[in-house]
Parts: sequence; structure tokens; C-alpha cells
Amino acid sequence: MSSPLSGNEAVAYAMKQINPDVMGAFPITPSTEIPEYFAQYVANGEVDTEYVTVESEHSSMSVCIAAQAAGARAISATSSCGLALMYELLYVAASCRLPITLACVNRALSGPININHDYSDSMGARDSGWIQIYAENNQEAYDNFIMAMPVGEIPSVRLPVMTCMDGFITSHAVENIELLETDAVRRFIGEYRPENYLLKKENPLAVGPYDVSPYYMEHKVLEAEAMKAAKARILEVAAEFEKISGRHYGLFEEYKMEDAELVLVLIGSTAGTAKAAVDKLREDGVKAGLVKIRVFRPFPGEELARALAGTRAVAVMDKSEGFSANGGPLFAETRSALYDLKERPYTIDIVYGLGGRDIRVEDFEKIFSRLANIAQTGEIGPVYTHMGQRSKEETV
Amino acid sequence: MSNVYNLKREVEKPVRFTGGHRLCAGCGAGVVVAGVLRALDKEDRAVVVNATSCLEVSTFMYPYTAYMDSYIHSAFENSAATCAGVEAAYNALKRRGKVEGTVKFITFAGDGGTYDIGFQSLSGAMERGHDMVYVCYDNEAYMNTGIQRSSSTPRFARTTTTPIGSVQPGKKQNKKDLTEILVAHNIPYIAQTAPIGNFRDLHTKSHNAIYTEGPCFLNVLAPCPRGWDYPMARLAQIIQLAVDTCVWPLYEVEAGVWRLTYIPKKKLPVEDFLRPQGRFRHMFQKGNEWMIEEAQAYVDQKWERLLERTGA
Ligand SMILES: Cc1ncc(C[n+]2csc(CCOP(=O)(O)OP(=O)(O)O)c2C)c(N)n1
Ligand code: SF4
Ligand SMILES: [Mg+2]
Repeated sequence: MSSPLSGNEAVAYAMKQINPDVMGAFPITPSTEIPEYFAQYVANGEVDTEYVTVESEHSSMSVCIAAQAAGARAISATSSCGLALMYELLYVAASCRLPITLACVNRALSGPININHDYSDSMGARDSGWIQIYAENNQEAYDNFIMAMPVGEIPSVRLPVMTCMDGFITSHAVENIELLETDAVRRFIGEYRPENYLLKKENPLAVGPYDVSPYYMEHKVLEAEAMKAAKARILEVAAEFEKISGRHYGLFEEYKMEDAELVLVLIGSTAGTAKAAVDKLREDGVKAGLVKIRVFRPFPGEELARALAGTRAVAVMDKSEGFSANGGPLFAETRSALYDLKERPYTIDIVYGLGGRDIRVEDFEKIFSRLANIAQTGEIGPVYTHMGQRSKEETV
Repeated sequence: MSNVYNLKREVEKPVRFTGGHRLCAGCGAGVVVAGVLRALDKEDRAVVVNATSCLEVSTFMYPYTAYMDSYIHSAFENSAATCAGVEAAYNALKRRGKVEGTVKFITFAGDGGTYDIGFQSLSGAMERGHDMVYVCYDNEAYMNTGIQRSSSTPRFARTTTTPIGSVQPGKKQNKKDLTEILVAHNIPYIAQTAPIGNFRDLHTKSHNAIYTEGPCFLNVLAPCPRGWDYPMARLAQIIQLAVDTCVWPLYEVEAGVWRLTYIPKKKLPVEDFLRPQGRFRHMFQKGNEWMIEEAQAYVDQKWERLLERTGA
């Protein structure tokens, strides 16, 4: 079944097919359409979800936490400032081990306020204990949302999952995508059967204690172990998903990597433009390749190191600043992952596209020519640069 | 079973809030929680919600809980939304045949968690109409962090963020009238109460709140001997004085109808309530008589207005 849908509608449609128990709903551009579509499904009786129109994203996440703890499947959608307003609760959700599913439609985080795409919102939440899965396009946004619950809900994981798509670029652009039958989706995600929950009659439960030093660290280690276990589970779920959809997913996607020497590492819809650049360079005989990170949490460090072993120069593309004065968050993870390789490629970081600034095929060609130069001379130059600034003609 | 309130019979019910928690001796909060939960019918289950507060850190310190019912604490500012989330889950699961029996949803939060940081969450939950009870146990300051002022702290009170100095007489502002703000939400049942005497007022109002469909709100005075600076054995006396001076009137608003539930036989002067408490000690120093006068004038004016509203 092929249908023309925007990314937002595709995710809302996945939500309808899932028919969750509870949804917390609050508007913020560019994710607003998701609760709007869902409201119509509720109004039409196409779902019987308890649709809670809260007064803030803070309450939206609070409702999801409580509902999931009570034994329900809870979902929400948000962007940017909305995700930031949830900040404290994101940690509560993960530490209470509640597999909530959140559609994050990425948008730059204030200030100054800006409604366009970058990853400063979800990157700020990267250490909150949530699994983060990023989509390149509408199809992936739909597929990732359907895979989220089987990943998060399994007892060995029991962590909340954030499925991310690029604001406007993915959320608002309409593409033809393949939808699964609703029955197939329901079978795939199954019933939610938590072992313990607040509304369980036989066994009252207490959630969210004041945790004391003699126990706190053990609980944090369990959470850390769960995040490690999530990696295998994500692959397991992807394999099952391939059986019903024919679409293959990994922790990241490798594009023309077999013999690649000059490589980009990036996230999301930028991969579309970057692949076009790789193709163009391949025609000219340049051994260009690309790795598109799909799963950022848990970070596939070892796997990425293996994929990049044998390459000569890598440009990590960060679409969020991070203000570490040492490169963006994707760079920090990637360079750290490469450290254990006996022979490491040269690595640079390019921060680009903040607040929705475009990046074009020609820009990638410039980056590849810089990588070629680095590989040839061994001179890295500045490790961490910002691309496409008005003030600089440059230099990438 | 007779409907007439009988404390002896009530305390013979199975306990829902157990001893052994770590609230200070003489803390009003524990008395309030025990009193409210006792109003649940024996056969009904409840999910209890707490905001971060003295109550929360003292009653659910891992791995011990003082609650026999299911319980959730999430954060300081979101206990109303948390309760709403549990209620939403109940509705969904009930509709889908996945839960049985009656479950009631009761939140306890301090004044800081209610008048201040949790105010938005509370207002939202009340407006949406969740079937829940929100109980504010009001000890008139942020006690858990060491007695800082809240918008519930009365004028002139000494707290660690409204100290007494040569140019500052304690807190400068009057207490926010949260109960009236809740009345403006047009919810089915709102009451102001306190654990006085044989607890009949607290019990009856709790029962009403729990068994009235829709969002209900209780504001319950819960003195804190540490923050108010009086000897812990005087809890009952301090509450009685709050009520008899009309500093804390007992009333309810049911379906828009206001009703006083306690009229002091003799309305005592406010200084009777202030004098035993260290937080007001400076008001009794020479030259500070105006403070007591203004405190009295404020209480009188509020009380008159309440008498008008309740037609008493
Ligand atoms: C967002 C946030 N801010 C501040 C705190 C610190 N804090 C915990 S409890 C508390 C005061 C609680 O006051 P109140 O609600 O009146 O309850 P009490 O302790 O007085 O019973 C504060 C400030 C917190 N836990 N979370
Ligand atoms: S400090 Fe006050 S409110 Fe807190 S436990 Fe002690 S008496 Fe109760
Ligand atoms: Mg308080």
C-alpha cells in the first residue's frame, strides 16, 4: 500500500494503527500536526485512546510517565522548546524504566527562537537515558515509530524511545511511502504486558522513591546495562520488521563504504543530499562513502569503528553546536569510537545547517576535496569548523 | 453501616498509611495523609501521588514505602499531571477491559508544590476534569529544603528567605488565597479543612472529595513544628487556634454553593495564634504593634467576605 504522506502524517498514521492507551498532546511547530491528525482519529472513533490535551509539554510527559507506570502504553510528540520543557521528566521516565514512545520532530532550540531544523533539541537530551532513533525520510519515520515499542518494552530494555525526524524537511514534505496493514502493525507490536504496574490489583506498586546512596548507583548501573542491551534488541526488532516490510534497518546505514577512503558521518535527511554528492564523486573515481547514523542512543561505537577502519579521512557532520568548544556531539562520539583502532583515519568535525540553513551537493564536494587533501598531506588544519556562515567565503 | 461519623470505627479500618515513616514527630503532614486516606471505603483501591516534599522523601525512601496502596512520585511540580496520567490510564484500560474494580486517585502535595511550582499543572488538571482529588497539605513554606517562603507563607512570617532584619519585617506579602482560586475553576467540590478535634471535618470533606465525580480540591492546614517554631506536642492546639482565630476558616464549596463548616464559638484575636510560634516572635517586640494590627485587619476582612459568601 503506497501513499503520499508527510512525515508528520506518516507518524500520526502509525500511531493510529497502534491505537495506544494514552496520548499527551500539546502543539509546537513543527510537530503540531501529529496531535492534530490524532485528534481527528479520536473524533472519528478510529482510535479509542485516552487523548489528554494538557496545558504544557511538561504535563504531557508527566501524563505519559504516570500512565505508563499505571500499566498503559503512552505516547506523545514534540519539538525543540517542548522537549526542553520536558527535560527533568525525560530523566524520570528513563530511570523509572518506562517505555514511553515520543515522536521528536527536530527543530533548533532557542535562543534566539527559530522554528527550522537542527538537532539541538534531541542532542540536549542525549544523556537522559532515552533510546534515540533518527530517520532520513518519511518512510523511515513511519517504520521507526512502529519498531519503537517492541524495542523499548522488552524486559531486558524497558527504556523510553524517542524517534526523531527532521523538522519541515521530513515532517512537512510529502513523499510516497509504503504503509503496513493495521493488523500487521498490531501483531508486530503485540499487547503491552508489563510485569508490575500501579493498577495491578493483586500487587500494589510504588514508583519513584527517594533513592539513597546505598542503592542509587545500583539503579543507575541497571539503567546503563539496559541501554547496552538495547543495541541487540534494536537489531532483533529490525530483523523481524524486515520480514513484514521487506525493508532493512541497522544501527547505521553504510553507503558505498566497501572500499571508501573519504567518508562522511552524519544523521538524518542530509544523507539524501550527501548520497548525491557521493555518487557524483564516485563517477569521478573518488572513493567516497557515507555512514548515516540511525541509532544515536545507544551509540554504536564498536560497529562504527569497524565500518570506518581502513578509511583515510572522515568528516563528521554535526547539525547542532553543543558548545563544548571541542566539536559537536556526533564528533565527540565518533572520534572516541575511533580511538581503539590500531590505524585511525584523520577526523574533522563540520558543524552545519544550524537553524535550518541549507547544505547543497556542492558543499559536500568541497568537504570531500578537503578530505582528499587531508588524506594526501596528513595536514588536518582546523579540527572543528562551522560551514556556510555569511561572514566567511571559505573554507569548510 | 451507619453514616454517622465515628472516629473509633474509622481508626479500626485497615491502615493505608503506616507508621515507621520519617516525618518529624508532631508533623502535621502525616496526620493529614492518614486522615484523608481513612476516608476511602474499605473495598476501594487507590493510587496515591506525591509531589516532591517533606512528605515524599519521608514516606517513600527506597526500599520502604509507608503506603499500602499503589503510589507514584515523579517530580516537585507535576503531581496533578501525574495523577491525571494515572487516571487517564485507568479510563483507557477500563474501557479495554484490563482493570477491574473501583480505583480512586489522590494527590498529596505541599504548599510549594501547589501554590507555586505545581500551580500550572494543578490548574490544567482541574480544568480538564480528571476524576481525582488533589490535597494540598499546607505548612506555609518550603520545609523540605529548610523553611523558605512560598506564596502560601503569611505576611510577617520569618523564613530563611524572608528573614527579620532592621529594614525587613519577615515576609512582605500576604498569603495567596489558593482555595478561592480553585473555586474559580468551577470544579465540583472544593474544601478548606484541618485535622481538628475528632477529625470529623477532615474526614467528611475527604470522603466528599473522593466520592464526588470529577476534579476535587482540598486545602488542609498541616502545621510544621520546625518551620513554625513551636514545641511539637502542641500540634492540635495550634490548629485549633488557627481555626478559632479565623486565620484558617473551615468551609466548602459544592457545585458553586459556599458553606461554612465551622464557626468559632468565640472568635479569638489573631495574636493568640501568632504568639506561640517563633516565626512570628518579632511581631511582639516593642514598636511592632502595627504588625499585629495589620495581621488582624487582614484576617477580619477575609473573614467578613467569607461570611457574606456563605450567607452565614
Ligand atoms: C524543580 C525542583 N525545584 C526545586 C526542588 C527542591 N525542592 C524539593 S522539595 C521543595 C520544597 C517543598 O515545599 P512544599 O511543597 O511546601 O512541601 P514541604 O516540604 O513544605 O512539605 C523544594 C524547593 C525540586 N525537587 N525540584
Ligand atoms: S520539617 Fe516540618 S513538614 Fe517537614 S517533616 Fe518536619 S515537621 Fe513535617
Ligand atoms: Mg510546605
